[in-house]
Amino acid sequence: MSTTLGKKTARVAIVGRPNAGKTTLFNALTGAKQRIGNYPGITVEIAEGSYCVSGRVIQCLDVPGLYSLRAISEDEDEALRVMTAADDSAADLYVIVMDGSSLERCLFLFSQVAELGRPMLVALTMTDVEAVDAEELSRHIGVEVIPVVAHRNQGVDELRDAIERNLADPVAPDLELGYPEMVRIAVQRLAQNGVAGSVNELREYALGIRSHDGLPELQRLQVEAEMKDLLGKNIEGRLLDSQTRYAWASSVRKAVHTTAPRTKNRTDKIDAVLTHRVFGVFIFLAIMYGVFQGIYTLASPLMDLIEMGTGWLSDLVSGPLSGTPMLHDLVIDGVIAGVGGVLVFLPQIAILFFFIAVLEGSGYLARAAFLMDRSLGWCGLNGRAFIPLLSSYACAIPGIMAARVMPDPKSRLATILVAPLMSCSARLPVYVLLIGIFIEPQYGAAAAGLALFGMHIVGLLVAVPTALVLNRGFLKGPRLPFLLEMPRYQWPKPRDVAITVWSKVASFLKTAGTVILAMSIVIWALLYFPRTAPVDRYRNPWTPEQIESQQAQRQLENSYLGQFGRAVTPVFEPAGFDWRLTTSIIAAFPAREVVVPAMSVIFGMGEGEDSDDLRSAIRDAKKPDGTPLMGLSNAISLMVFFALCCQCLSTVATIKAETKSWKWAWLAFFYMTAIAWVLAVVVYQAGIAFGWG
Amino acid sequence: MDTSEQIELGELKPGDKARVSSVVGTIPRLHELGLVPGTLIKVLRVAPLGDPVEIFVRDSRLCLRRSEMKGIMVVRES
Repeated sequence: MSTTLGKKTARVAIVGRPNAGKTTLFNALTGAKQRIGNYPGITVEIAEGSYCVSGRVIQCLDVPGLYSLRAISEDEDEALRVMTAADDSAADLYVIVMDGSSLERCLFLFSQVAELGRPMLVALTMTDVEAVDAEELSRHIGVEVIPVVAHRNQGVDELRDAIERNLADPVAPDLELGYPEMVRIAVQRLAQNGVAGSVNELREYALGIRSHDGLPELQRLQVEAEMKDLLGKNIEGRLLDSQTRYAWASSVRKAVHTTAPRTKNRTDKIDAVLTHRVFGVFIFLAIMYGVFQGIYTLASPLMDLIEMGTGWLSDLVSGPLSGTPMLHDLVIDGVIAGVGGVLVFLPQIAILFFFIAVLEGSGYLARAAFLMDRSLGWCGLNGRAFIPLLSSYACAIPGIMAARVMPDPKSRLATILVAPLMSCSARLPVYVLLIGIFIEPQYGAAAAGLALFGMHIVGLLVAVPTALVLNRGFLKGPRLPFLLEMPRYQWPKPRDVAITVWSKVASFLKTAGTVILAMSIVIWALLYFPRTAPVDRYRNPWTPEQIESQQAQRQLENSYLGQFGRAVTPVFEPAGFDWRLTTSIIAAFPAREVVVPAMSVIFGMGEGEDSDDLRSAIRDAKKPDGTPLMGLSNAISLMVFFALCCQCLSTVATIKAETKSWKWAWLAFFYMTAIAWVLAVVVYQAGIAFGWG
Repeated sequence: MDTSEQIELGELKPGDKARVSSVVGTIPRLHELGLVPGTLIKVLRVAPLGDPVEIFVRDSRLCLRRSEMKGIMVVRES
């Protein structure tokens, strides 16, 4: 076997079952120096990191968790392809992460990986939970075993040394799993009859695990004869294979466990409460409530800070650019306002992923999926969809990205398509504005709170039947099994949480920032052109502020976007929107967060006027006949439209990126907009009929 | 083993212990997770709406939907 001593870099693949502590170990080895690896044709995210040892770079791959090398999903298949690549990207060494508290399953996976014939060593985790004799284990499995407690950095240096040793002097294990005699005889006969392949491959042919379609005619017939023979002896190949591996795993486990496993442990005690049929549900609701309260209360000071920062930046560049009005407006209204509009959601994204990382790291997310599975499962989603749907309440972009936690492609697609219906935080300013004008003053704070809650529920209420329809129509067909594993409860590891938050923040900035920046410039141009002749300052009795606001209003009315808004106004009339509201909505299609600024311009706010002025302007706005522009019905219909409409090009772009298809992206856009329009019309017409005004 | 005592895994109640006696027609992933004949299991709990079911098997806790456990036959253990 060739050694890798001469190479400048070495590649180490970190492999293990889910929840074995793989990512914690990966983070301990590589720190924050990570990026998502770029593999052609691979959609599953594989993190790469590196560290340096005596001038040599050791590149580590965090292969997504695997239960078995026999993939049942596209993601598993892709992870395996990367892991077993034979080209330049081939791993020089596998580090198999084994969790001391579920040794049998780890040994099962190990027995499969061992057959790849590559150099490997074992990192034994959770030795602080279950006592395992590492030396004895090493004797049984034929490779080095290094105990690590990664989050305390115990054993990490030893592991690095062991990686060096094994790169210099690679060891590939050779296990004797103890297949039944008749399987061994079948393998022997295949070899004698000239069927090409290693012993493991021949056995997989005989057991019907490996497809023999590619073999030459004669060999294929040989294989089929052996398969028939074994089947005749009532042997189900795959089951026998698993049974043999588990029998071996059990015997190894018995030999290396130094303490008897405890029957009742901490996890069982916690679970008795947290997954209780009654209390569990209340605790779940309480935790979710806490998460949202946390997001809203913790994020708002940070959001103010970012807004202050972008305001400061605008002021800073405003002076130097004042000589070139168009560039001035492009930079301030297009670039800074556009990108600032995205940046302002960063605190919420970071806080949401902080909570998700904490809940996941503690083991609670799996419990939540268990509790929620039935409620989400009947409409074609499953308990895991709860994570992306919850994330979408902050922002659909990370929500759609979080749908990667779902192994089943159809459920994942259904989740991605309904996730943007969840009321993201960018919708909040409109709710707050309209509730503040039309509900709170007349009906009090309790009604306002209820209305705000209702707006956050309406998306969910639409999502359920939508998922059901998708499930029966576009996404018909068999699903992957639900199969959820409950990890042990543990304290979330600060480093893992920090790395998760950082990587999500970075990818959010990258995904949304680029699209929003480009779209901000386009929208700015659509609002900026064609230019309107200046208001005649001498013929009007207005103050400079009034002139400026008049000017802005006229510019908007006559801009390309304003013209378009006027053109489509008849479409929105049944929902109770006049041209001003319609234009605001049209302006907000690329990014809904611009709706309030757009309303400010349309309702004639000048600089220096704040949200109170906007409130009174909207409240006092009149129709041409002198009656108030908006009543309760208009306000609710506008909020409903806003809650359901897909006014976010970043969402469309993210769906395209995640599903690799524009078809699903546009489907989401059109179905959401259609539902939003229909329900807005229904609400408005009902409101008028009931005389809400 | 007395096959007359075989029952479906789904018939067990929380707290029941049993040994897997046969696995027919399930997806291979289930036996790759350790649900092979001879394995001891314990039903831990049932989700609030009756599905899925959490079982203890080979030192870990696994949640299965009732529809997925069809074909797993067990014999009760005291």
